[in-house]
Amino acid sequence: MIHDMIAIVRDYWLLLLIGQYPNGPLGGLANTLILSALSIALAFPVSILFAMARLSKSPLLRWPVTALVYFTRGVPLLMLILWSYFLVPLLTGADVPSFVTMLTTLVVYQSAFLSEVVRAGIVALGPGQMDAARALGHGHVGAMRYIILPQALYNMIPSILSTFVSTIKDTTLGYVINVPDLTFAASQVNNQLLTQPFQVFLILAIVYFAICWTLTYFANRLERRITRRRAGLLNVPAALVTPSKIVSEQL
Amino acid sequence: MSGFDLSAILGNPEYVAMLLHGIEMTFIIFAGSWSLAMALAVLLLSLRLSPFRFGDPIVAAYVSYHRNVPTLVQLMLWYFGIFTLMPSGLGEWLAIHNAEAIFAVIGLGLCQAAYFSEDLRSGVRSVGPGQMEAARALGHGYVSAMRFVIMPQGVRNALPPLINHSVSLFKNSSLAVIIGASELTHAVKEIENLSFRTFEIYLIGTVLYLFFSLVIMSIGAYLSMRADPARSARA
Repeated sequence: MIHDMIAIVRDYWLLLLIGQYPNGPLGGLANTLILSALSIALAFPVSILFAMARLSKSPLLRWPVTALVYFTRGVPLLMLILWSYFLVPLLTGADVPSFVTMLTTLVVYQSAFLSEVVRAGIVALGPGQMDAARALGHGHVGAMRYIILPQALYNMIPSILSTFVSTIKDTTLGYVINVPDLTFAASQVNNQLLTQPFQVFLILAIVYFAICWTLTYFANRLERRITRRRAGLLNVPAALVTPSKIVSEQL
Repeated sequence: MSGFDLSAILGNPEYVAMLLHGIEMTFIIFAGSWSLAMALAVLLLSLRLSPFRFGDPIVAAYVSYHRNVPTLVQLMLWYFGIFTLMPSGLGEWLAIHNAEAIFAVIGLGLCQAAYFSEDLRSGVRSVGPGQMEAARALGHGYVSAMRFVIMPQGVRNALPPLINHSVSLFKNSSLAVIIGASELTHAVKEIENLSFRTFEIYLIGTVLYLFFSLVIMSIGAYLSMRADPARSARA
């Protein structure tokens, strides 16, 4: 069986890595990683705006964003993907590639989840930081820009990393709208071989595990470091400090 | 396609029957995988708390696998992979008895057990060590101290993440459509194919999911309130 798996990797590694590129669209693992990185990069600034809107005193800012966040968290990602699958072409009037559809969905979805992370980071700083910044003469925006956000985002680096992990896992759902990612490539391999589905999907699981585990590992190490630094205990052995556990989003 | 018209779907008994069947299957998958996950999570937790030396790394590996491999890939591995490796008698039996739903329950349940067991573990860990010492000093044995002193407090601490993860499990039950189970998302896609009323049927499907997610959340909120009225009032 391990023999079969090695043979599959030997024969199909290029397809699994970059899909049919350059004879077709870029796909495989490369596409999975590009899709995840792009959606986090786009969701990040949006999530900061969402978080600030949710913490704002103005109900006009707070309510719509809160509703959007609750809606996004209460509906399965698969449903959202199907929505954008027919809404995005309808709104843009153009033939939109499935990659863009998936990217749009992921940005909305991850913005909602990340905004909760950012909000928690801001709330965790405590009101004293804001009071002090205001006392020093900063306006609300200046205080946010120079005092609150730099600290909150620094503390949130591990959670952002684990959101990245969950985004990588979420990209697999692009399978339903034929996004040419790693899962899609593996099912192509499976369709060509027909006789070794277990081996093919085990390889797929191992690849995802290797990537996500590595990132989770770094997120946990970073979290320990940051917890110690925030506590002013950089020289204390890690074992003496127990950080709050990273709860990565499911899927 | 003419204007927005919900009655094109809700007025059609055939579509309503399909939706109801989808809801029923979604709940069967949710209830089945939730029970499997909870039973396994308790088992994993006791393995971790036991003096058995290899318990810890075994559970850690289990949790790590299920948290770092996408649920969809786990489902595919079960349905497309492990299914084909099964002895033919068992395979046939499964094929007759709605194999898609059974593998959805297995895949989602095993995966969810990892999250539930972590929730329970951090709940139990947050019960101070003094509680165990006090219980032992009062004459409880290990098992009865666990049963009467530690676990009730641990489960209460673990309730909020358990509820969150139960909602996630409910939403993830939609993944079963990819291995061909005829649950709610499947019904939505079928009705879309038959009626071409894309907007209306997705709206109905989305509202149903949102409604049931909110119901599960409120049941959870009620349970936490009953478990600890004082703390919920503070929160």
